[in-house]
Amino acid sequence: MQVVLDLDGLDALIGVLRQDGRVVVGPVLRDDAITLAELGSAADLPSGWGVGTGPGHYRVRRRQDTAVFGHSAGPQSWKRFLHPPRRALISSDPAGFHPVEDNAPDYAFLGVRPCDLAAITKLRQIVGGRAPFVVAAQCTEPGEVCFCASMGCGPAAGSGYDIALTERIDSTGHRFLATSGTGEGAEVLARVPARAASPDDVALAEQDVEAAANRMGRAMPELDLRDLLARNRDSAHWEAVAERCLTCGNCTMVCPTCFCVSVEDTTDLDGNAERSQRWASCFEIDFSYLHGGAVRTSGASRYRQWMTHKLGTWHDQFGTSGCVGCGRCIAWCPAGIDITEEAAALAGSEQP
Amino acid sequence: MPSIAVWKFTSCDGCQLTLLDCKDELLPLTERVHIAHFLEATSVSEPGPYDISIVEGSVTTPEEAERIRWIREQSGVLVVVGACATSGGIQALRNFADVDEFRSIVYARPEHIATLGTSTPVSAHVAVDHELRGCPIDKGQLLEVLTALLAGRKPDLPDTSVCTECKRRGLTCVMVAHGTPCLGPVTHAGCGALCPAVDRGCYGCFGPMNQPNVPALVPLLRRSGMGDDELHLVFRTFNANAEWT
Repeated sequence: MQVVLDLDGLDALIGVLRQDGRVVVGPVLRDDAITLAELGSAADLPSGWGVGTGPGHYRVRRRQDTAVFGHSAGPQSWKRFLHPPRRALISSDPAGFHPVEDNAPDYAFLGVRPCDLAAITKLRQIVGGRAPFVVAAQCTEPGEVCFCASMGCGPAAGSGYDIALTERIDSTGHRFLATSGTGEGAEVLARVPARAASPDDVALAEQDVEAAANRMGRAMPELDLRDLLARNRDSAHWEAVAERCLTCGNCTMVCPTCFCVSVEDTTDLDGNAERSQRWASCFEIDFSYLHGGAVRTSGASRYRQWMTHKLGTWHDQFGTSGCVGCGRCIAWCPAGIDITEEAAALAGSEQP
Repeated sequence: MPSIAVWKFTSCDGCQLTLLDCKDELLPLTERVHIAHFLEATSVSEPGPYDISIVEGSVTTPEEAERIRWIREQSGVLVVVGACATSGGIQALRNFADVDEFRSIVYARPEHIATLGTSTPVSAHVAVDHELRGCPIDKGQLLEVLTALLAGRKPDLPDTSVCTECKRRGLTCVMVAHGTPCLGPVTHAGCGALCPAVDRGCYGCFGPMNQPNVPALVPLLRRSGMGDDELHLVFRTFNANAEWT
């Protein structure tokens, strides 16, 4: 099913999802960034705001138009909702143990970029949980640190969406081509005021998304990354990265697929206890603490661990790459370390 | 009931005040521990030994160097709290200067002043069981260490960066998104990213995290507008004596 919505139609779509009891989450402008928060209506979307990104750099900027999805990945990802930063697992009081119910709401994610759609699939493969209703926003404006095209995760939305939107603003107005990806998506779309999509609407949307593929700010080197990393465990290049790496863990925290947690027990003064998990990072020294001490103490070994798992051993573990090319680890690394450049440098260091 | 003693060395009293600041938890705490010595709260002082000693402040006098050894002997578990007790505090600026010169300028009768040439953390004198960083310490971390000791479990005190807390909290990086210089990437966690939460850069009051890469951060701080004076101030104030590099 393909229809065309205007901004009122998009607002109606949010209304329908909310009427069905879903918590609709989407992009909003907050703290000088495009972050993710619950949407009450389309008016909450960051209309007319775009972003400029670079290694270790992110700035929101005014757009020439009123596009609501005209921004690349922000500081947060959908991981925050599917795999919260802290989650209680089990609690106890003097009466006994009590499993903690999963009280996550029935989410609808709106404005999911194709890179993040792929990330949701990869993350849910690991952490499970109830599937969200996904309204994807196909990418027509990649950013300077984006490389989803070279990871095969965009700019067109892959599988996993209920509805995919393609935003367009031209002389005939501001509109969204909406394509249903599931029966549920079609049912929701049928309840939203829309007009039928013309062949022109479809052709223009395809053209915009295809053009985006050629405007990626970056690209991952075209070679077997799994093999490259396996061959380079002892590369001198890891030390070169470690000189710049702060080992602060920001890359793993902003990564939409990094899923590691630490499990901690807490107790209070009244005899209650709770076991909870929280986001952990392979850049933390305690992360590799085994009997008697940590096994990855150098910055070089910790960066190698992260990049090797993300691009290499993730394939062995989950049958896919752990990277979707969203570029967050490049933008939100205070030191601006660029995973595509490091992969290219590793490959370059192998040349005879 | 386990006994607890709170001791002050060279410090401002702000960290032990954090214990009194545990408003809701203070009464339940007194039902679980017996406060045997805590001069900021009560002038009643009971003799040792003590199950738990909480020590605030750095060692700056010969008398303090003696007293910390006595407290260690009297204490089952020794918890040191705050930038002074864990690194020497602001007063460790003397470590880079001539204390005799200070003494002759500041005091009318310098011969009455018995002081050491350095301000040192408690761990430079005796074995320490747990350290709480910060100027001042975080109330949640103080309760964490006390509840852990009461339950016989390991306290959860991560030695990683402030960034991990900042990101878990869902804050937007002030350095990347605003260009504000921030010491979060090299600073020990524990505050819950207090300053970035109010749009300010971290100034490192929790001291260095485990193995910080300060040389990698300094050019980024310069790029964000910090000059030599500002750089000197952030690394040479609350935790001047700490091992930043």
